[in-house]
Amino acid sequence: MATLGEIVAALDLKVRSGEDKMGTEVHGGYTGDLLSDVMAGSKEGDLWITRQTHQNIVAVASLKDHAGIILAGGAEPAADTLEKAKREGIPILVSNRSAFETAGMLFEMISSQKTGRSG
Amino acid sequence: MKLKPFRCDLHIHTCLSPCGDLDMTPRAIVARAREVGLDMIAVCDHNASENVRYVQQAAEGKGIVVLPGMEVSSREEVHLLAIFDNLESLEAFQEVVYRCLPGLNDERYFGCQPIVNEFDEVEGINERLLIGATGLSLEEVLTAVHSRGGLLVPSHVERQSFGIIGQLGFIDPALPFDALEITSGSVSSFREKHPELAPFVFLRSSDAHFLTQIGRSFTRAWLAEASFAELRLALHRLEGRYVEE
Repeated sequence: MATLGEIVAALDLKVRSGEDKMGTEVHGGYTGDLLSDVMAGSKEGDLWITRQTHQNIVAVASLKDHAGIILAGGAEPAADTLEKAKREGIPILVSNRSAFETAGMLFEMISSQKTGRSG
Repeated sequence: MKLKPFRCDLHIHTCLSPCGDLDMTPRAIVARAREVGLDMIAVCDHNASENVRYVQQAAEGKGIVVLPGMEVSSREEVHLLAIFDNLESLEAFQEVVYRCLPGLNDERYFGCQPIVNEFDEVEGINERLLIGATGLSLEEVLTAVHSRGGLLVPSHVERQSFGIIGQLGFIDPALPFDALEITSGSVSSFREKHPELAPFVFLRSSDAHFLTQIGRSFTRAWLAEASFAELRLALHRLEGRYVEE
């Protein structure tokens, strides 16, 4: 477990929306650009890593109650996407790293904290 | 005016599409379309349209109407059929697409992209990466097509790959698509699975990449004549025109 704020600091993410949600605890994550797959496979509270910037990502994150969205590869949210994210209070975070690296670092961080807690 | 049913297959690729069979030449497409009894077709290559005029020319006097079209890939990698009233509108849209389509084709990996005329002679090769996606968002494609008088129809919405639901999870009912296309299965079973799409009109088409696939799925549209204007009326259920499901 880690908070969004800790993840932002550790992965050097830029916060584009949801500045007030940095205390949210993150227990898991999901990676995918096919929104149908993300809707089917992700879980509540996941931090979702994607390269998709269409405004439907906000709807999917709201529907699935995600902790937030990381846009990988330096992708910036489309204007309407960002507006919607701000309105719905969904954190959008931008990573300059690839989805692969971002997911690796996030996994490492969450799982090592889990180990630390249980150990 | 007396309406009649017309058989329409509005999604046919030519050999210009990298994944289109090389036998998909203008003359062969027209001959096959007639053989299977189609009245109206639309030529929709991936992000390109150079062969449209040649299929139209090959169809002259053959009793089959060829509408100018393109299957454009949006930034979200959603495939969409853009169908126009005339070649000029399509060419204006093509300019927009080419401004936003990066990369060059490598035919060893993706396939050849020949421009073939109405005599089935090779006129040239399209060097662009037609298999790629444009930088245009779904909404930008909608605006670019509608502002040029065209119809925009998300392709093969039942399919996971490059279909709008697969890519974007669901269809925003506020988006003014002129219809949705399905290429396999029945419209009624798709409607049962997706009751939220009830307001949309559905087109069935073949998405033919090979000659034998032309007309394997088609739409019966009740029109006064086979034309773009009549098709538009049918998709918007106006003046008695409609498409059968």
